[in-house]
Amino acid sequence: MKIKSSKDFFSGLMFTVVGASFAYGATSYTIGTGARMGPGYFPLLLGVILALLGAAILFKSLVVETPDGEPVGKWAWKPLFFIIAGNLLFGVLLGGLPSIGLPAMGLIAAIFGTTIVVSMAGNEFSFKETIVLSAILSVMSYGAFIMLLKLQFPVWPTFISG
Amino acid sequence: MDLFNNLALGFGVAFTFQNLIYAFIGCLLGTLIGVLPGIGPVATIAMLLPATYALPPIAALIMLAGIYYGAQYGGSTTAILVNLPGESSSVVTVIDGYQMARKGRAGPALAAAGLGSFFAGCIGTLILAAFAVPLTEVAFKFGPAEYFSLMILGLIGAVVLASGSLLKAVAMIVLGLLLGLVGTDVNSGVARFSFDIPELTDGIGFITIAMGVFGYGEIITNLAQPEDKREVFLGKVTGLFPTKQDFKNMLPAVLRGTTIGSILGILPGGGALLAAFAAYTIEKKTKLREGEVPFGQGNIRGVAAPESANNAGAQTSFIPLLTLGIPPNAVMALMVGAMTIHNIQPGPQVMTSNPELFWGLIASMWLGNLMLIILNLPLIGMWIKLLTVPYRWLFPAIVLFCAIGVYSTNNNTFDIWLVGAFGVVGYLWAKLGVEPAPLLLGFILGPMMEENLRRALLLSRGDWSVFVTRGLSASLLAVAAIMLIVVLLPSVKSKREEAFVED
Repeated sequence: MKIKSSKDFFSGLMFTVVGASFAYGATSYTIGTGARMGPGYFPLLLGVILALLGAAILFKSLVVETPDGEPVGKWAWKPLFFIIAGNLLFGVLLGGLPSIGLPAMGLIAAIFGTTIVVSMAGNEFSFKETIVLSAILSVMSYGAFIMLLKLQFPVWPTFISG
Repeated sequence: MDLFNNLALGFGVAFTFQNLIYAFIGCLLGTLIGVLPGIGPVATIAMLLPATYALPPIAALIMLAGIYYGAQYGGSTTAILVNLPGESSSVVTVIDGYQMARKGRAGPALAAAGLGSFFAGCIGTLILAAFAVPLTEVAFKFGPAEYFSLMILGLIGAVVLASGSLLKAVAMIVLGLLLGLVGTDVNSGVARFSFDIPELTDGIGFITIAMGVFGYGEIITNLAQPEDKREVFLGKVTGLFPTKQDFKNMLPAVLRGTTIGSILGILPGGGALLAAFAAYTIEKKTKLREGEVPFGQGNIRGVAAPESANNAGAQTSFIPLLTLGIPPNAVMALMVGAMTIHNIQPGPQVMTSNPELFWGLIASMWLGNLMLIILNLPLIGMWIKLLTVPYRWLFPAIVLFCAIGVYSTNNNTFDIWLVGAFGVVGYLWAKLGVEPAPLLLGFILGPMMEENLRRALLLSRGDWSVFVTRGLSASLLAVAAIMLIVVLLPSVKSKREEAFVED
């Protein structure tokens, strides 16, 4: 059997697996009856529906002809990696990682770290420009979030501010 | 007349200094993100939601609403001057708007878009005010069975009228409903699908999903495409005012666009995007007048109609949200979230329990439209300058503000890990050609649907036929079924696909 639409094949597969997992997970809660629904009733119902929809999409992807096979296409690993890494770095720098004993470095360090890493996702990268951008964003964020909106953030590293 | 009393109350609320300022900030931000391609109202509203915690609810809602309809104004500027839709609802404006700019008529094109939007915005607001009271009265007759059927209708409507594969869209709704169930079940106290992670017992934050999928997912998709050279018409905008002939051509197009937009905005799944498409298609079907430029070569009607329609649609899509508590599109789903943050349960009771909020919001929309026309026409030069800001400065800022926004919702780094995960998933969905908007609708409606299903079946002692034996509920389900059947008819199916591949 040949896959006639890769996009549909993999999305169908995804929906089936996720639906089945939710349905399976729901069975560990009380299901109950229609008149007295337990916490597992609605998720089980939805999980089964999702799995069936996924199966239908899978079936379609194997049967219905498409002109070009609808390939998923190349993954843009570079932007994917740097955007997500920058985001995670923000969390690590801002809040620290107590599990490995990394102290919180605060908002300003997090802004610089994130902006630099995220900028690498683009096609052109200039270190100098990125530093200037980080500085501007730091001032803006400090003004908007700390001074104006008074959000509770650790601004400076814990070993400085105590 | 009650309507006038109500509107008077609304203007009284909207005219306070604080609320005027927030309406202005909302409109300004809306225009800003409308002008900038690559960031839409969904991501922006999600980013700003945490920042509105500290505001009074009315100010928060006024500002967030301003972002949505403000984006409809800003989107046209980019469409006309750069040949790129600044906002998805301006996709069709690009066709004739850019051609007008190339012929040196960027000014009249911008004016047509701005004036059309203003007119449509005013009418849309009036319709919203007029429809609110009668619809709310209907909504009070709804029991749990009717609400459940209404949500089914809303969700079906959302996928039927949206673009892309129907089957995948329905699957995304169901997935959204499931994700909405994560967390503690209100009836039994059982923490569902939380994997013993304490942060997950409160459920997944919808801000986290919206930012991950719409913010990060879209940035990654944008960066994956080779950067095309933007040709910006800088400083060439002279003579803003359209000629007399332009006005003659524009007027019927604006009227038609406003009508179509207002109707499509009320429908579930409707809103700005669909309205713009429909208005352009209809405009193309009408006969050309003597001496008029054909469509696709810079016809002013091709700018005026879709721009009026998307603004009218943006305005009237507040109707189902404010009267029934059912969000018709992804932006309105975020508005539900904003209301819940401020302990306002969206639905018919908002109007009676919070009349200041309800009418104040409506009045602020009219004032907002007035601010927008000033922001967008006399001050157009400012926005043109903005278009020269390169994307490589914008996307790090967007990622950063998303991360800050996500963290500040709970002051917890767990949400940052989660938004990263949703970013990856969002990119995966983009690669697989799955539309993420229905997911957000399902996510918001998930807990509400379960609750109403539970109550309806409890009252009927487990008898599922309650949904078809009660007249109102049966007719809602029938409409949903008819919509599905109509879309699946082969002739309509091909037309529907055609309508969304307009070029």
